[in-house]
Amino acid sequence: MATDGLHENETLASLKSEAESLKGKLEEERAKLHDVELHQVAERVEALGQFVMKTRRTLKGHGNKVLCMDWCKDKRRIVSSSQDGKVIVWDSFTTNKEHAVTMPCTWVMACAYAPSGCAIACGGLDNKCSVYPLTFDKNESMAAKKKSVAMHTNYLSACSFTNSDMQILTASGDGTCALWDVESGQLLQSFHGHGADVLCLDLAPSETGNTFVSGGCDKKSMVWDMRSGQCVQAFETHESDVNSVRYYPSGDAFASGSDDATCRLYDLRADREVAIYSKESIIFGASSVDFSLSGRLLFAGYNDYTINVWDVLKGARVSILFGHENRVSTLRVSPDGTAFCSGSWDHTLRVWA
Amino acid sequence: MPIPPRASPLAMAAGPASHGGCPRAQMPHLSKMERVVVSMQDPDQGVKMRSQRLLITVIPHAVTGSDVVEWLIQKYCISEEEALHLGVLLVRHGYLYALREPRSPGLQLDETLYRFQTPYFWTSTLWPAAELDYAIYLAKKNIRKQGALVDHEKEHYDQLHRKINHTWDLVVMQAREQLRAAKQRRKGDRLVIACQEQTYWLVNRPPPGVPSVLEQGPGRGSGMARRVQMTKNTDFYKQEIECCTKALGRIRVKSSVCLEAYLKFSSQHRPHDPIMSGCLPSNPWITDDDTYWAMNAPNVAAPTKLRVERWGFSFRELLADPVGRANFMDFLRKEFSAENLSFWEACEELRHGGQAQIPTLVDSVYQQFLAPGAARWVNIDSQTMERTLEGLRQPHRYVLEDAQLHIYMLMKKDSYPRFLKSDMYKGLLAEAMILPETKRRVFPFMWKPRHSSLSPALPPASASVEPVAAAGGPGGAEGEA
Repeated sequence: MATDGLHENETLASLKSEAESLKGKLEEERAKLHDVELHQVAERVEALGQFVMKTRRTLKGHGNKVLCMDWCKDKRRIVSSSQDGKVIVWDSFTTNKEHAVTMPCTWVMACAYAPSGCAIACGGLDNKCSVYPLTFDKNESMAAKKKSVAMHTNYLSACSFTNSDMQILTASGDGTCALWDVESGQLLQSFHGHGADVLCLDLAPSETGNTFVSGGCDKKSMVWDMRSGQCVQAFETHESDVNSVRYYPSGDAFASGSDDATCRLYDLRADREVAIYSKESIIFGASSVDFSLSGRLLFAGYNDYTINVWDVLKGARVSILFGHENRVSTLRVSPDGTAFCSGSWDHTLRVWA
Repeated sequence: MPIPPRASPLAMAAGPASHGGCPRAQMPHLSKMERVVVSMQDPDQGVKMRSQRLLITVIPHAVTGSDVVEWLIQKYCISEEEALHLGVLLVRHGYLYALREPRSPGLQLDETLYRFQTPYFWTSTLWPAAELDYAIYLAKKNIRKQGALVDHEKEHYDQLHRKINHTWDLVVMQAREQLRAAKQRRKGDRLVIACQEQTYWLVNRPPPGVPSVLEQGPGRGSGMARRVQMTKNTDFYKQEIECCTKALGRIRVKSSVCLEAYLKFSSQHRPHDPIMSGCLPSNPWITDDDTYWAMNAPNVAAPTKLRVERWGFSFRELLADPVGRANFMDFLRKEFSAENLSFWEACEELRHGGQAQIPTLVDSVYQQFLAPGAARWVNIDSQTMERTLEGLRQPHRYVLEDAQLHIYMLMKKDSYPRFLKSDMYKGLLAEAMILPETKRRVFPFMWKPRHSSLSPALPPASASVEPVAAAGGPGGAEGEA
């Protein structure tokens, strides 16, 4: 009916403007308690000295762009995935390859190591997340024991085991995140709210709660309650896609890296953005971020092939690391903070310390 | 002023040629690079302009690589290495080109002269590159070089010839027309336009071995997986409104309080951050000596002093460390409240366990800890106990959450502080190991074998053997010298 259509359009328009005005009010509220800037508070902190970090290991073996990597809890093994469908498990200390799997799809954009160290998860353009138990049995191919766990309606962009091998959290180009039971493949919870592809996620290091943060192409970072599926906090200050999110070690804040060439820090108790890490000469997007163990340093990999090291408290860039010959697509600090690993479109991974 | 291009160097009418341009929003780095090159061409503040002499032709508004680098250093306060890196990226993205062959993908710091690409050919203006335009370009080259195209261009030419065979006459005709029109221009202009066009195609059809700078990955307009735009229907906005309304009612903490917490956290953890403070005896990645890992293994018998200190930072850190947790359990046994920690552990197992195990786990927890007269009965307040028992009728993953939180807070507020003040903990701190630093090896060129460690994925039988710790210190390999 013509009148119904008109009515619906009015409702849609009025809802949209209501949402906009509420967002405006929210920003006002958030600003009220913002009594000091981080760099001001950090004035009395000692400046950091000269920073020397070098490539200590180069892992060669992927035939195409490295898209993702994750550390094993043993602090030396890593899993990495690439555009050509290969997923490799390395002992990066010796640089030996220990396992390799060829996925049935290209662009394996997500991979994760299970907390036990006995399995890996990966996925990409196949829209799924699959779990492979790691076996040293020569007679068994890893592909034989593959378990298909997650099913999305678009590419898988990120995955992570929760505190055990039995649950996986996924993020997808279909705009949702989801929590799955590994054994049965059952969907335990789904998270709706992003307005476009979700590109990244990170689990909160919390003692009592179950929350995680996700970032997407809608420029938003959203914090979710794993139990209820509700969004508990949302931040929309980036000017472009949010490629990477990572919690500050205390769990009270998280950093994000974006195509707008900035990294930002959001405090969860203050409920606002509290720092921007940017420089006029940094033009390309930040693809991947992670904190050093104490949270003083933020390592960020960029699409201009470099890694910038930021002083989280003072906001200044401490160092720039060259070495990769194409964009840095993934970066993670090792579980004990002794090094970090970067993966790049130049087909290699590097461990820096 | 850069030499303006001819009105329409490419066949606009002939088909799916340049349209709208690239979605700038999806490639913000291009707009930023464009702002940089525009600043570089500022008559007052820009890079020093020179003229390139080619026989009798003079091409104005050229710059050297060194001047570009110098300008970047001054403008952005960056190092020469960083400035050169940025300059190379500008060349690779087609914003700068060398007038003379050979055109290497880098930025030469000799007397090689470069010019700025005309905005008409900027990636953000004219992307994606149309096949028809590429065909015409190759046809022109083919005619001029009388069939002697470079390998990959010859391949593309043949491919296109097959693919758009039906309109090939049009392609050749356009090519001829453009070449004819070009002849009527001054030699200098002709040369520049040819360079501009070639640069454009180097970016859009890179030769084999040169990675494409325009590749974006799935979901970012590359066509492999379309970017999703969620239907912004009434439900979407209703959800946003709900989320915002809740957020407005949220209790916030003053920034000054939150930010102080970072200072405290960072300084407290600084000695424990190997990248900030180093680690003893040495960082395995730097010295190839994995003693540090052996000394800090998850269930090591003698924890280091730093490790024991960390248990005092927060209850969470104590529980996260298997050795810390085991010691805390011993302490609780002495206080006859070990069932609290066991209960908490059982709840964790439930929360993070497999879906299929839920009924069994819930039942086992109930029998052990909650049932009246249970062997290890936990002391929860009556309200929580009532709620929990009620919930147990329909067991689910989170049914014990309230009880778990209650016991957790009990331990955190009561047992944990007592543990830290106890003789037991003080004794552990006193006994804990402080490791001497292993000096950097005196002979860095000697290859030190890197010991492998057992993979966690190995079956339990072989995993019972502890990984061998590498022989620490410089004494090892050098003895053989």
